[in-house]
Amino acid sequence: MRNTFANTFYEAALKDERLCTVVADISPAGAMDKFRTGFPHRFINTGVAEQIMIGLCAGMALRGLRPFAYTIATFTLFRPFEFVRDDLCYHDLPVTVVGIGGGVTYSTLGGTHHAQEDVAIASAIPNMSVLAPCDPAETRAATQWAVNEERFRRGPVYLRLGKAGEPELTGTAEPFVFGRLRYLKRGEDVCILGYGPILKLAFELAARFEAKGKSVSIISCHTVKPLDAEGVIEALRRHRHVIVIEEMAPTGGLGPQVKSLAWDSEARCRLDTFALQDAFIHVYGSHAELLAAHGLDTASIARRLGLD
Amino acid sequence: MSAPLRRNSFDAAAARRRCLTYRRRILDISQQVTALHVAPAFSCLEMVDVIYHGLVRSDALPDGKPAFRDGFVMSKGHGCLAQYVILEEKGILSRDDLARYCRADGRLGAHPDYGVPGIEASTGSLGHGLGIAAGMACAEKIKGSDRNTFVVLSDGELQEGSSWEGFMMAANLRLANLVAFIDLNDFSGLERMSEGHPAFHPVADKLRAFHWEAVEVNGHDAEAIFAAVTGRRGDRPLAVVGRTVKGKGVSYMENVPIWHYRSPNKEEYAQALAELKEIGA
Repeated sequence: MRNTFANTFYEAALKDERLCTVVADISPAGAMDKFRTGFPHRFINTGVAEQIMIGLCAGMALRGLRPFAYTIATFTLFRPFEFVRDDLCYHDLPVTVVGIGGGVTYSTLGGTHHAQEDVAIASAIPNMSVLAPCDPAETRAATQWAVNEERFRRGPVYLRLGKAGEPELTGTAEPFVFGRLRYLKRGEDVCILGYGPILKLAFELAARFEAKGKSVSIISCHTVKPLDAEGVIEALRRHRHVIVIEEMAPTGGLGPQVKSLAWDSEARCRLDTFALQDAFIHVYGSHAELLAAHGLDTASIARRLGLD
Repeated sequence: MSAPLRRNSFDAAAARRRCLTYRRRILDISQQVTALHVAPAFSCLEMVDVIYHGLVRSDALPDGKPAFRDGFVMSKGHGCLAQYVILEEKGILSRDDLARYCRADGRLGAHPDYGVPGIEASTGSLGHGLGIAAGMACAEKIKGSDRNTFVVLSDGELQEGSSWEGFMMAANLRLANLVAFIDLNDFSGLERMSEGHPAFHPVADKLRAFHWEAVEVNGHDAEAIFAAVTGRRGDRPLAVVGRTVKGKGVSYMENVPIWHYRSPNKEEYAQALAELKEIGA
């Protein structure tokens, strides 16, 4: 996802000289190296200093540039939080805050590097939009949106990405539209909603449901804010069983919002939500192992759904 | 490469007359509300006056109002009354705007708000303005424009780590088109900084160590403030460190922390008006 973002952004930067990148010592500049080499005067590294990364972006946006702040999610959003809130959101500036490794992607680095509350925190700020694509192709679509004219009529966007090696999930999906949920697969009985690379579990769960003769829809809620409430309500109405999976804290994310919409729309389906635990879990294995420690693995979810 | 600054001569006598008028106007506004930041506005008033009347270049719009070509950020947002009364005089804010200061039917609050005419950034939380101003200056440099950016900081907000991130990056980016004015009135909300935080001083040396050009002046001497900017070397960002007095011009306000936020009552107001006079070098 990192490389897809960087390549898509670079292509856009060839055509739009207002696009700039402000990074805070992302190590190595890796994926962004092409941009850095191609447009050295539009690439700024503030070093290990995230508040000024956001402050610079605000001032640059106020002067007509289109800056992207880019580093590990916890350092683009948490460390400079008040700057994101005041400088970007209060001013309603078209700055894109790119968070690499949303959720607990950096599994071996410990809790200091986990952005497991990022979507809730970003969503809580007025004017902020939150985008969380699920695979490289959707990252490409989201990035193409993030550099287009329509996007720059909006204020700040938090673009939550994974890291590298995510599988493609959206091959046969309908087109990406900002603010609209997207069916990756259509079925009749069960509907699994989520955002981000964790959606790969949806496909594994779908196979288990299908083995029991049920047909399954899978939806990417890539735009977590503004959430496509109508689309969610329709999914609640059209399926007997709706499941939300998110790699995010159990508070303030998609699951609680879907539950709220289910109540408001008097939905009659069964509704299950799965999220990270409200806990810092000191497991230093692979991303999948840390997710399993949070109960976010196919086997655990299947067990809790009575699928085993 | 430093962007050219306006180098016409600066009429210090006119600045003294203006600042007396501004102080009176701010005191008038103080009678409309129970609390406002009089003393912090009085300490930075001469610096803000020099910025608007001596440094910021403007083009005349068809309606006679100025369109500023150079940028200005009031990073010490609590000093914004100094900005409001100047914007009023320039016709950018109306008398009615100031009459509705901190009222539900108005648009001016106790901190400047982006979107209000003449206000380029919302501040209030300290330690934000320098970064925003540096971003503006950086954008102008990227675009190849000759626009300068001016920013006024309080000394208290230099305690914010973010201010030092800003100093560091402005110097790294060689933003010679950025000028920071530091209102060194020696008071934070609670105490005299030189007493509570003795290691805070000397400020100018710290800035020089961060590769800024730094000039110390009497922050109530408009001529010296103007000269500090026009006489700069111009190959790096400039800090004008202005030694000032919080509440300058009103005896009972000077260096008395409660006046950070209190409005004078009727008797105090009358006394203040009687005391005010032109402040010289």
